[in-house]
Amino acid sequence: MLTPKAKERLALIILGSIAVLTVAILAITLGYLLAKGLPAINWEFLSQAPRRMGRQGGIFPFILSTFYLTGVALFLAVPVGVGAAIYLTEYAKVRWLTTTVRFFTEILAGIPSIVFGLFGFIFFVITLGFGWSLLSGGLTLALMILPTILRTAEEAIKTVPYSYREGSLALGATQGQTIWKIVLPSALPGILTGIILAVGRAVGETAAVLLTAGSSVLPPLGLLDSARSLSVHLYILAVEGISTEKAFATAVVLITLVLILNFTATKLVRRLTPQ
Amino acid sequence: MKLKKVEPWIRTLLFLAAVFSILAVVLIIVFVFKEGLPFLRKWGLTTFIFGENWSPTRGNFGIFPMLLGSIYLTLGAILIGLPLGVGCAIFFAEFAPAKITSWVRPAVEVLAAIPSVIYGFLGLLVLVPWLRQLYGGTGFSLLAGSLVLGIMILPTVMTVSEDAIRAVPLSYKEGSLALGATRWQTISKITLPAAQSGIVASVVLGMGRALGETMAVIMITGNVAQVPTSLLSPLRTLTGNIALEMGYAAGQHQQALFATGVILFILIFVLTSLANLVRWKGATH
Repeated sequence: MLTPKAKERLALIILGSIAVLTVAILAITLGYLLAKGLPAINWEFLSQAPRRMGRQGGIFPFILSTFYLTGVALFLAVPVGVGAAIYLTEYAKVRWLTTTVRFFTEILAGIPSIVFGLFGFIFFVITLGFGWSLLSGGLTLALMILPTILRTAEEAIKTVPYSYREGSLALGATQGQTIWKIVLPSALPGILTGIILAVGRAVGETAAVLLTAGSSVLPPLGLLDSARSLSVHLYILAVEGISTEKAFATAVVLITLVLILNFTATKLVRRLTPQ
Repeated sequence: MKLKKVEPWIRTLLFLAAVFSILAVVLIIVFVFKEGLPFLRKWGLTTFIFGENWSPTRGNFGIFPMLLGSIYLTLGAILIGLPLGVGCAIFFAEFAPAKITSWVRPAVEVLAAIPSVIYGFLGLLVLVPWLRQLYGGTGFSLLAGSLVLGIMILPTVMTVSEDAIRAVPLSYKEGSLALGATRWQTISKITLPAAQSGIVASVVLGMGRALGETMAVIMITGNVAQVPTSLLSPLRTLTGNIALEMGYAAGQHQQALFATGVILFILIFVLTSLANLVRWKGATH
């Protein structure tokens, strides 16, 4: 039988090693990826089209496609998500509406990406006739990132002190003016954080994009053209064994994008929370 | 003023934005179920779920191997992710100095942001060959999948558990410490039981994430539609079944994949509701 003191020491050692192990896994994963991928990245890789299905050349069309897909997704998800957040916090009078929307947003957030892919395929690609395209992929992504944008925007708007609104209303501003000129500017950093996190998710998404945007190696020229995102390109390079070197380089570009987005979001949150 | 006239319109638009989430969920359910349910009715729910043979070209649609594959893999992921995630949560909430926590916590949260295709890629290039060398076989296995998924769900388990542990009122701990209990006694007998519902919710959320994961899984588990018999057996999940075959499936085969999606959706829905229920119950205590 161990004494309570010895037990405490034992627990501390075990928990400490778990924490060290976790951090080590993270460090090794990122370190290995960078070590293998960085040497293959140069200006040519970033700015040129792939040759021989990606064995040679670069990833420029896929970088473009990733931006376009994310752009289409934001074009729908930002107004809808922020608009919904404004309505729920500022206008909704009945509690059940807020509760119901929150419940459905939770469900939407929990749906696995492959089911979004199935839906996007049958609804956007087939039923609406958009085909495998930027539009189908972007709209599917919009549905996936909507919960993140909605929830963070709602939280951000809620933290705006009530006195701000009262002050504005007391000066004779309408409710709309108050929201547009006072509440939204104060909540902007929080809303941006949500949008940046959502972009991170959209950039990394693969399964749903594969099923709705296709995997054309050509750069898309219009909304109805098929497009291959960076993540889909990485998947194809790796699984079809096309080029390990190019796959590592693509992975580094992808993860750099995602990490930059996340660090920016974390920075914004830090600036928001009073120390 | 013009503004007065515009405001009711804006209000209506905002209302439509608010109910958009409801519309989206309803549309997703209607369209996925519309494709999947007729097939389930024709083929029979039990023959679909318990059929052990999946060979679409010969007209056999049984998803039992994939169902078991998904369940085993989810349990495997929890076996790895639960001790690591909850261990980290306790360490960072109760033991680590604030300075270390403020550095490490964001770092672990980075793990959550890494796209699953990158986990799959590293699993495919590093873990699978390593397991092949170590244990023979192909390396594509339940074990490889569990290790990678366990790490993938770790941030979810950790952050939700840590929040639950931090939410335990300080007075509980102070009371226990004042009675002469050690820090570990306080944690194991007071703090953890009080944070129980949050920790359970974190695990259920992690399970939901593991069950729904697609890309990492199809890159490292081998995708063989057979019931896995050991840790080193290859397996195929429900998600993998859809992702691998949607590209070329047509007709009845495509409907069977949508039916797989229906089953997956229901499983995830049950898990998410369970997590919310546990959290909600914990919050009202």
